[in-house]
Amino acid sequence: MTRLSLGKWLLPVYSALALLFLMIPIAYTFVFSFNDSLKSNITWRGFTLDKWLNVCAVQNGAVCEAFGNSLLIGAVSTVLATTLGTMIAIALVRYRFKFRAGTSLLLFLPMATPEVVLGAGLAAQFLSLGVPKDMLTIILAHTMFCISFVVVTVKARVAGLDPALEEAGRDLYGSPAQVFARITFPLLLPGILAAALLSFALSFDDFIITNFNSGAVTTFPKYIYISASRGIPAEANVIASAVFILALVIVVTAQVSAAARAKRQARLG
Amino acid sequence: MATGAFADRGADLELVGIQKRFPGFTAIEHLDLVIPAGSFFALLGPSGCGKTTTLRLVAGLEDPTDGRILIGGQDVTTQKAYQRPVNTVFQSYALFPHMTVLENVAFGLRRRKITDAVAKAHEALRLVELDHLAARKPVQLSGGQQQRVALARAIVNRPALLLLDEPLGALDLKLRRQMQLELKNIQEEVGLTFLHVTHDQEEAMTMADTVAVMNKGMIEQMGSPELLYELPRTAFVANFLGQSNLFTGPVVGETSTSIAVDVAGRSIVVPKARSHRHGGDVTIGVRPEKLSLHRDLPAPDSASNVLGPGRVTDVSFTGVSTQYLVAVPGLGTLVVFEQNRSAGPIEGEGDEVWVTWNVEHGFGLDDDPAAQTEKFVADTTTQSLAAQRRADLLTELEEA
Amino acid sequence: MAFAAFASTAAPPTDAPPRRRSPVALLLLLPGILYLVLFFLAPLVSLVLTSLQAPSEFGDIGQYSYAFRWENYVVVIEQYWPHILRSFGYALTATVLALLFSYPLAYFIGVTTRRWPLLQSLMLVLVIAPFFISFLLRTLAWKQILSDESFLVTSLKAVSLLAPDAHLTGTAFSVIFGLTYNFIPFMTLPLYTTLERLDLRYLEAGNDLYASPVQVFRKVTIPLSMPGIVAGTLLTFIPAAGDYINASRDFLGGADTQMIGNVIEANFLVLLNYPAAAALSIILMTVILVIVGVYVKRSGTEELL
Repeated sequence: MTRLSLGKWLLPVYSALALLFLMIPIAYTFVFSFNDSLKSNITWRGFTLDKWLNVCAVQNGAVCEAFGNSLLIGAVSTVLATTLGTMIAIALVRYRFKFRAGTSLLLFLPMATPEVVLGAGLAAQFLSLGVPKDMLTIILAHTMFCISFVVVTVKARVAGLDPALEEAGRDLYGSPAQVFARITFPLLLPGILAAALLSFALSFDDFIITNFNSGAVTTFPKYIYISASRGIPAEANVIASAVFILALVIVVTAQVSAAARAKRQARLG
Repeated sequence: MATGAFADRGADLELVGIQKRFPGFTAIEHLDLVIPAGSFFALLGPSGCGKTTTLRLVAGLEDPTDGRILIGGQDVTTQKAYQRPVNTVFQSYALFPHMTVLENVAFGLRRRKITDAVAKAHEALRLVELDHLAARKPVQLSGGQQQRVALARAIVNRPALLLLDEPLGALDLKLRRQMQLELKNIQEEVGLTFLHVTHDQEEAMTMADTVAVMNKGMIEQMGSPELLYELPRTAFVANFLGQSNLFTGPVVGETSTSIAVDVAGRSIVVPKARSHRHGGDVTIGVRPEKLSLHRDLPAPDSASNVLGPGRVTDVSFTGVSTQYLVAVPGLGTLVVFEQNRSAGPIEGEGDEVWVTWNVEHGFGLDDDPAAQTEKFVADTTTQSLAAQRRADLLTELEEA
Repeated sequence: MAFAAFASTAAPPTDAPPRRRSPVALLLLLPGILYLVLFFLAPLVSLVLTSLQAPSEFGDIGQYSYAFRWENYVVVIEQYWPHILRSFGYALTATVLALLFSYPLAYFIGVTTRRWPLLQSLMLVLVIAPFFISFLLRTLAWKQILSDESFLVTSLKAVSLLAPDAHLTGTAFSVIFGLTYNFIPFMTLPLYTTLERLDLRYLEAGNDLYASPVQVFRKVTIPLSMPGIVAGTLLTFIPAAGDYINASRDFLGGADTQMIGNVIEANFLVLLNYPAAAALSIILMTVILVIVGVYVKRSGTEELL
């Protein structure tokens, strides 16, 4: 099999360089979170921890307010999308019903539609209905585009779930509600958590759809977009870097513990 | 010659001083092997014995750490897999799922730019009686059909050497028998050299003219199936090919044609011609189906050996025969197969019995019992076989 | 994280048909489906309606009334056809570049590092790491790295690899570069998922059947990784075609690099020309759906969801 690679070391070296390339803007953002910058954060003026220690000081806390809005929107739309999406996923795998193809198409289309179309469409709808754009419209929009991703993620998990487990639960005198609470839900939990994380990440980083439906409300990405022309304060880099590190820690911990579990199981087997 | 034309007949395969090390372990310590052209050769051994590694080395899918590989006298050690006049029927069949059966079979011909690839592929499919399924995709075939396509895909190239990597492992018993027969027919028809790797002793014995039993990267014994069964050279061969009752004791007497061995106080006679060692401590053995059970001590007879009395500890009826376990004090447990000539088992559990066998049926091993006496207690046989079977199942499970 | 979701798009289809019919199914489906009808389908309909609106007779700017002005489409196509063409051209180029960039990387992670699962998963984390940092900030970081005053550009100019008056930002190059970079993970992940499941025994069989490494790659590896290639190119092409951040003047774009997304945004949010924005959106969506349909049909992988 080594023979099939492009040469023993060419591929590993390329891959290392490729990953390094992917890291460049991340490293840049991280480094410039320590820049002792003034209004804009373009040239390096010296190292400081000041921005990390006083994140909210700049512009009367505008960065932090935007960040808080993003967290709130992310949390609420994640809960909504995960609930609705999980229900659909279970129905898709476990039940037979009419309009199955139509349902699948309805779930696939939002993922195949460019965000700018989703954003403009919702905005046109809110406009024609006279709905004022605020936090609520952002949450409604985010929930909409997260549902399909939740369905796809949870569906894979439901499909991998042996229906005999639920049947065994019923056989052992479990009512439908008990079977769901004690068997189905715990087994689906990893998939649901993954879907929730994905949904939060999508919502938190979304700009395009938000831009069309936010009115005067500022989210973290929107704050960056607005500030881009006049310069982004280093505090934005601080928040982005902190989020990055947090996400990385969560994911790496999950991967390492999964690997450790696999190893333990291999030893037992 | 390699990729140019068809081989018109099988070629010799010669392995010279082959060694293969992987990081952390040695798969093959030192292997010398000659397989003559046109033979059906089986490498038989438990999983992890190095047989599959040997096959992959011949195919060119692994490079040996040391040693040379010659096909038809030509050194192919440095040739890549696609340059060697060798084809493999893979254990998993490895039929390309994105191609039809016909495209699969024609694949090798097209790579070698052989004219009439399609016609030749059809011809090969006719040979395995699957031409009517040529347009199907592999997933639409049953296991047995896939196996035959894999075979057609290999033999259509007329390789000098055809490698079979446990190709029958995934089939059920009936299909297996059918395929074994078919393989044998095809070999007789096209006259290729076959190298067959398997852990199934029955498969090896029914199909191959020559069987090499491999263990821990070494060949323990090589010869015709009858020879290996009748005159195993080592305890491993004696137990891996069928079951054996083995006893160890000093040689206490000798004539011009036979030796007498003291086994738990009884003198057991083995023909010299059937024993590899003639002096000192030796391990001798006899196959379970060669034993007879008696309720009374049989009259002394120079043509048979007698052990006993022992007690029947287990009787299992298997249809054709009945397997008895007989515990003989000082010896351990003997396995005895009795053909069911009358209805049902003739002895019951707890019966006192004597065990006899014809002197001509015993054999003496080449192993030095002084080195490893412990292993040759008779009833470790079944345990070690069970352990082997369990290890096989585990690897199978892991692969699946 | 996450983007495991795309990974699972290529998961083996579970063909066991669900057995039960039950009113429970309706209860489970209805809320979510209703939600999508209200906030996805209905908006598409109002987008179509908006695209046909005419300016109100007595209204201010941004006041429109329902009509059936098909001419809106003719007008926007006449006015914006360079943007439309540019969008698809940029998106296509970025998709091809991302595929060329990602395939070897995905092969290495999915095939070569199989024996070291921990290394494999850590490399995957690095592939999706860009998702953990704001899309806008990483694009801005590239803007700074490629800007005229940057170390990179001054060095390139010093060694005469770049003309003294040349720019990297604000050009087609930087926009395509940004699109490629930003959507690489969308390409790499599905490729990884199929390559990770690629049965190497097929490659050995190809090798055994006289195919050289190059032939094995073309005849076996590529066809077997087709589902990943299709999923990856779609997941890259669709968002790239509709993107307006990379091409925005405040990011990597310039006056001559505006894409359809920029025009939609400007018409909707700045010029308040809703019918034009809506018509452009419908055009974008239609073209993408046609491309997706044809592409998926021709490549024979229809199990994307």
